[in-house]
Amino acid sequence: MATTSTDIKKVRNARKSIYKHGFLYELKKNKVLFIMMLPALVVLFINNYLPMAGVLIAFKNFKYHGRNLFENFAKSEWVGLENFEFFTSTPDAFIITRNTLLYNLAFIVLGLIISVFFAIILNEIRGKFISKFYQASMFLPYFMSWIVVSYLVFALLSEEQGFVNKSLLPALGFSADSLPAWYGDSSKWPFILTIVNLWKFTGYNCVVYVAAIAGIDQEFYEAATVDGASRFYQIRKITIPLLTPLMVILTLLAVGRVFYSDFGLFFSVTRNVGALYDTTLVIDTYVYNALRNMNDVGMASAAGLYQSFCGFILVLTSNLIVRKIDPEKALF
Amino acid sequence: MKQVEKVNSKLANTVSPFWNGVFHIIFILYSLACIIPLLLVIGVSFTDENTIVTLGYNFIPKVFSLEAYKWVFQSGDAILRAYGLSIVITIIGTLCSVAIIAMFAYVISRKDFRYRNTFSFIVFFTMIFNGGLVPWYMVYTNLLHINDTPAAYIIPALVNAWYVMIMRTFFQTNVPDSIIESAKIDGAGEFRTFVQIVLPLAKPGLATIALFQTLQFWNDWYLPLMLIENSKLYNLQYILYKTLTAIQYLAQASNVTGGTAQILAKLPSETARMAMCVLAIGPIILAYPFFQKYFVKGLTVGAVKG
Repeated sequence: MATTSTDIKKVRNARKSIYKHGFLYELKKNKVLFIMMLPALVVLFINNYLPMAGVLIAFKNFKYHGRNLFENFAKSEWVGLENFEFFTSTPDAFIITRNTLLYNLAFIVLGLIISVFFAIILNEIRGKFISKFYQASMFLPYFMSWIVVSYLVFALLSEEQGFVNKSLLPALGFSADSLPAWYGDSSKWPFILTIVNLWKFTGYNCVVYVAAIAGIDQEFYEAATVDGASRFYQIRKITIPLLTPLMVILTLLAVGRVFYSDFGLFFSVTRNVGALYDTTLVIDTYVYNALRNMNDVGMASAAGLYQSFCGFILVLTSNLIVRKIDPEKALF
Repeated sequence: MKQVEKVNSKLANTVSPFWNGVFHIIFILYSLACIIPLLLVIGVSFTDENTIVTLGYNFIPKVFSLEAYKWVFQSGDAILRAYGLSIVITIIGTLCSVAIIAMFAYVISRKDFRYRNTFSFIVFFTMIFNGGLVPWYMVYTNLLHINDTPAAYIIPALVNAWYVMIMRTFFQTNVPDSIIESAKIDGAGEFRTFVQIVLPLAKPGLATIALFQTLQFWNDWYLPLMLIENSKLYNLQYILYKTLTAIQYLAQASNVTGGTAQILAKLPSETARMAMCVLAIGPIILAYPFFQKYFVKGLTVGAVKG
């Protein structure tokens, strides 16, 4: 076996000769493949990469001079961190960060508990047809747009005609002047928004866990039954431990996104009512209001970059942890 | 008796009938909670306007009326136009989007394509970092100037990195290299191989992506909120949004002549907006069994690493 070293060399050389041509050669050889990629690349460039470069707007005193962004960008003066100083000096900076993080925390924790709970008991009930029906109706809210969801919430909570104030609470004996003004009282919205969010996404989140439970080897349960374990004991000792890695990973990936929130939930379901901002304003809606309603490009872009930056760091960190636990499940 | 039950349930390895009943009750309550708000909106849309004003929204119409729907179909020109626009945009958007995503995902799924990792990363990076709303908004309104054109509904939603990854995984696992290889040997060009051999094999994956995107385009109100000012170009969801914040908007959207106050007086505004809402959910409810099946499939595919 004296051939090995020369053989390796040969293979290496052969490999080199395959790859000895550069990008242009590849472009020519695989012209069709590159053309097939082109439309998506153009969209990504416009929709994602140009805006990435555009984060520099946050360091400028951006003014409109004409109809061309590059010209406007060049003519606007650099102001360094001034926009960020303005942003952090307002009380809003704290409020929107607090709201964004706390809401996401509540959504992650409650969402996890509820969807795992539903997935487990869905697996336990007898009657396959009826369980399909339950799953279908739980999934229904996911298919509605946030606008439709806003209508449903409004139909229930509207102060003038809402079902709760007009029919339900009076029937329960509330007097007319003790009825809550839902769209005027910010203290109620942390609960409303949490319920609405769970209502919309539980069916969706449940599916992954249902699939994971279906993938558990039945022999575990059979062996446990032979040993005389009750079904609840099996859930505690087999189902939940086997689901734990998936729970940890999905949670970590969600933690990576805690600086982002669902624009529709906070903007449309609250009807963007100013009286509720104290508990409903999140970074996404703040950026929108600053840009579109106050025309404050500096403030909006500073808050936006603050979000993108923190989000980026968190995604990297949480992914690093996920990769430590299970490289297969890591995003990268 | 109880003892027997216990033994039985142990043998069958299921929870006891008592707990089975409890679980069913939990699910019945939760399913109702998911469906009931929708029934409220449907109920209101079939109620007489005056009844709503005096008694408020209710599930069962005290006085049944089709006025709201009549109004939408007779006077709600703008609403019908928006409905049409939503349909057209959903169809065109979904077709373009699936084609673009499939072509890109196929190329980066090819193991013999040298730059597949580079281009995968280009897509992937958009999932972990984005420039935020302001620069994005500036690119469309201040550079490309596609705001206030129908393209504003489509272009920003064409490529979704997550779907590209799902599709790539789908090609990798469902299209064997040997098939592509043999098509090449038989003299088929790259594009022909893709259309005639690869795509038919990838139908389930394409269907999943198509459904995700159909839902995205149909339910979209964010892009018009950002990029559309011209009221002739509103889609259905956006008109719904406008009416939610200001019921007077319905008067502007109608073709009845006269002052806003006059029209509002004649208009079944409370019920009409709920009728619009029902019309917006209608197609989704009809396609629901189909939707649900593929969504569950798609989600479990997505759970596999992209």
